[in-house]
Amino acid sequence: MKNTPFTEKHIALGAKMAEFAGYNMPISYSGINDEHAAVRKNAGIFDVSHMGEFILKGEHALDLIQRTTSNDASKLKAGQAQYSCLPNENGGIVDDLLVYCVEENNPSAGQAGVYMLVVNASNIEKDWNWISKHNTSNAEMHNISDKTCLLAVQGPNATKILQPLTDMDILNLKYYTFTKGKFAGVENVLISATGYTGAGGVEIYFEDKDGAADKIWDAIFEAGGPQGLKPVGLGARDTLRLEMGFCLYGNDIDDTTSPMEAGLGWITKFTKEFTSKEIFAGQKAEGVQKKLVGFEMIEKGIPRHGYEIKDFSGMTIGHVTSGTQAPSLGKAIGMGYVTTAFAAIDSPIYIKVRDKLLQAKVAKIPFA
Amino acid sequence: MNFPSNLRYTKDHEWISLDGNVATIGITDFAQRELGDIVYVEVETIGKALEAGAVFGTVEAVKTVSDLYLPVAGTITELNPALGSAPELVNNDPYNAGWMIKMTVNNPADVDGLLDAAGYQAVVG
Repeated sequence: MKNTPFTEKHIALGAKMAEFAGYNMPISYSGINDEHAAVRKNAGIFDVSHMGEFILKGEHALDLIQRTTSNDASKLKAGQAQYSCLPNENGGIVDDLLVYCVEENNPSAGQAGVYMLVVNASNIEKDWNWISKHNTSNAEMHNISDKTCLLAVQGPNATKILQPLTDMDILNLKYYTFTKGKFAGVENVLISATGYTGAGGVEIYFEDKDGAADKIWDAIFEAGGPQGLKPVGLGARDTLRLEMGFCLYGNDIDDTTSPMEAGLGWITKFTKEFTSKEIFAGQKAEGVQKKLVGFEMIEKGIPRHGYEIKDFSGMTIGHVTSGTQAPSLGKAIGMGYVTTAFAAIDSPIYIKVRDKLLQAKVAKIPFA
Repeated sequence: MNFPSNLRYTKDHEWISLDGNVATIGITDFAQRELGDIVYVEVETIGKALEAGAVFGTVEAVKTVSDLYLPVAGTITELNPALGSAPELVNNDPYNAGWMIKMTVNNPADVDGLLDAAGYQAVVG
């Protein structure tokens, strides 16, 4: 099991630790509900250094990204990022990811592109092999996952807490843009207005060298501690993203689900050639058989990954991919695939919780 | 962690206290910590005669769900009514306000065969 540069900090803070994607990660500190509330109402810090980062550069880097991802990365200017996915050849999803444009690809100006892809920890090797396999024009590729730290500071007060630590303007950083500079005395820190909580805030990327990890972690706690910033584990990360209806790879999307089924048509752009484009275009034209929906429980019970979804007659119409008691909403929510006939908002569905069928209804996401 | 010496324990992390042939049962401090924030305690076995080790209910935490096992044979008589609106009592006060059920035990001597505090402490290490 691998550690992140912050593992000892987590243990010293009394975190409940567990293995996730091969890393020893904090699941919770003060409790999921408390950490969740801190992020929604104030600010919380997550160590997500287990995530993977690849640098792709050179004149063929953009072409490689365009052919392997579903979103249109040619639209990105330097300092912009986008959510995307890597489709496989059968119309499924290898992984979902962020694409950062560090330098634009502009051959006429003699400027070769530099991009950073941020991928799920559990898929680092799979994604690397997948992209490498498609790298037929030899774009330069570097896997910098092991030496890259990633801290997410999320919540309505996150940027206010962090701003005194840098001259970069992070208070006004627009959603899905990023900047690079000196932060807490460390050079070359990339700060991006992203995160998977729906609470606002930034993600902070930097190289783990010369004590940078300690320096940045301690500076953030020094600045944020008096303002109520709390450490937050993967447990609350999951409840926060689920309240927003954000997909978690391995739960809501995987090698067998199409972005069109998963509600990710908005990151599937037919303006370019890419893996499984024809399959997705067909699904767009003809419609899909099943759709990922959000739902909320009407009867008391908590949906969990893998539970069956039924119609009123007890016929199976799908399965739950994520579920929880939603800490901010005070009700049980979930996501799951249902046959398209049941995908409309307010459709009555039933969740099989142990031996009982409990009433639920399809709900709009983000949940409210 | 706190394991009161006046209680008996199971390796499934329930505690039991006995008064005559009436027992009160809950989950241990260790169990509530492992589960995290508890949001729902479901017991639908009231009035049923169950064997030792039978599943008498489930406890739902934010992230996970776990079965509840009866420490000794008997009949469940009551679910803690306070848990309906305040399931977090199990986290905050697992041995007192966070008790889960009361039961009539078939054979009070069965309780003596369960783990004492030191024995349970050894189980959870």
